[in-house]
Amino acid sequence: MDIKEYKKYAENRSKRTSSLKNCVLAFIGGGIICVIGQVLFNLYSIFTIEEHAKLLTSASLIFLAGLFTGIGWFDVLAKIFGGGTLVPITGFANAIAAAAIDNKKEGFIAGVGAKMFIIAGSVIVYGVSFSILYGVAYYFYLLLI
Amino acid sequence: MLIDYIKVFIVGGLFCVIAQLLIDKTKLTPARILVGYVCAGVILGALGIYKPIVEFAKAGATVPLTGFGYLLAEGVKEQIEMNGLIGALTGGLIATSGGIAAAIFFGLLWSVIFKSKPLK
Amino acid sequence: MKNIIKFPEPVSIIQSASVVGKLEHEGPLGQYFDMYEDDIYFGKDSWEKAESEMCRRTLSTLLAKANMKYIDLDLVLAGDLLNQCIASSFGLLDCNAPFLGLYGACSTFAEGVIIGSNLCSTHQIDRCAALASSHFCSSERQFRFPIEYGGQRTPTSQNTVTGCGAFLLECTGYPPYITECVIGRIVDSGIKDQNNMGAAMAPATVDTLMRYFNDSGKSANDFDIISTGDLGKEGYEIACELLYKNRLDMWGKYTDCGMLMYDYKKQDVNSGASGCGCSAAIAASYFIDKLKNGCKDILLIGTGALLSPVSVLQKQNIPAVAHLIHISNSRN
Repeated sequence: MDIKEYKKYAENRSKRTSSLKNCVLAFIGGGIICVIGQVLFNLYSIFTIEEHAKLLTSASLIFLAGLFTGIGWFDVLAKIFGGGTLVPITGFANAIAAAAIDNKKEGFIAGVGAKMFIIAGSVIVYGVSFSILYGVAYYFYLLLI
Repeated sequence: MLIDYIKVFIVGGLFCVIAQLLIDKTKLTPARILVGYVCAGVILGALGIYKPIVEFAKAGATVPLTGFGYLLAEGVKEQIEMNGLIGALTGGLIATSGGIAAAIFFGLLWSVIFKSKPLK
Repeated sequence: MKNIIKFPEPVSIIQSASVVGKLEHEGPLGQYFDMYEDDIYFGKDSWEKAESEMCRRTLSTLLAKANMKYIDLDLVLAGDLLNQCIASSFGLLDCNAPFLGLYGACSTFAEGVIIGSNLCSTHQIDRCAALASSHFCSSERQFRFPIEYGGQRTPTSQNTVTGCGAFLLECTGYPPYITECVIGRIVDSGIKDQNNMGAAMAPATVDTLMRYFNDSGKSANDFDIISTGDLGKEGYEIACELLYKNRLDMWGKYTDCGMLMYDYKKQDVNSGASGCGCSAAIAASYFIDKLKNGCKDILLIGTGALLSPVSVLQKQNIPAVAHLIHISNSRN
């Protein structure tokens, strides 16, 4: 068996069918987090305008996800719910909090500050860059019509 | 009221199921999936597809990271309409500034308070 | 090419020591290890320092068991998985013995024993300690994600052992002996997935085993245990298939340290154990115990996946190496 054949053989072995259980758990986990977001939004809406309620909702979820990360609960939940905790804003917050906590021993400048975005940084880089490209396209679109 | 929450639950859950399928079926790392979601959110927002989903499912569409992308696109659109081309640079971050600032500040806060410890 | 290196005089393993973490202690071999530590930090404040402390404790346990002091050591051979091998060099700072730092990924223990045995066998030195360590958290942070980062592991991924094992080698004429070795070749398996290191290391294992059995004229039946270092369930099954294809009958003697370390049913470790500490701690406890209680010949194949976080990001294949050592109760 040469390298190519072996690679194919090993990859086929490791191929998995996604278990229904994983998907159901992801569905439930993600659903619950979104519902918590909606509950928070409705609560904040009583006191403030919609715009601010939205921001407070995101900030609260980010706060809670980071807190759970610090206590050590988030990785337990993520192991169970998988995509359910990854995709909501909680996954983004966990990536930042985990990197920040993990690099504490290398100091607050070179460790926490520099490494905080080691995983989540790409989300901002590509999200913002895509939005700028869209903005330029949209600007010229407006000029044309 | 209850029906609203059910909509939130189902749509939010579905976004997560797609990610779960990507985790299980492909070798994409979580970071790649997150980046994919944000970019998809920007594109769907730009094409006007995401807005109806947000109106239908509210938090079910804004809490997943696609909602973050949608917010970037909406922010850019709004700033361009108000200030012209410069809005392409400012719009995205103006709309998402609160969330990003919260993530940065809380990240720092948790690193001061907590010490790293493993699951087991 | 010379396949088997036979030592001019068999080298005795005069003492062995192992220190492990909590999860390893709770595994099926828990009772065999000399020491375990409930605190994953080993009383220190960072993962890297914790691993160093584990190395230090292993060497001092080894010497205490042999009733010796640092000054009695002519050489210490040690290695770990961290960048620039900081766990061993910082951990053994106090021992004040001549020191060689090694890197052979998870094959480091076998590598150290081979070099040490050679120097002892030719009487260039009298006595040396060979040691290898790994720590779940320091490896996780270097090779994968921050500890608190939430994610699901794939079934082929392995759990890095928190553990350290050491042999004290000297030609005293008492068993058990290290009699011969095969130094592995670097084998490119074509695998790029760092969560499937078993598959990356299996071809190197088979290469080394074939070189040994073809040249020695022995069969697996001449041994009581033939064990690889850390292939895990996935790599073990692949190795079995490849050996079968090469018509090498293992006579049911073949096992893997990565499968022995944990309880698959109770402990969530996916494909099994990995890390330098896996084969080192098991060889220095369980296998030595077996040799004292009936087993005569053991083949230990230290398996190492020679990847780095940078090579993985640059999408390079994962090359692997496998070193074989023959531990025996008889001199030849």
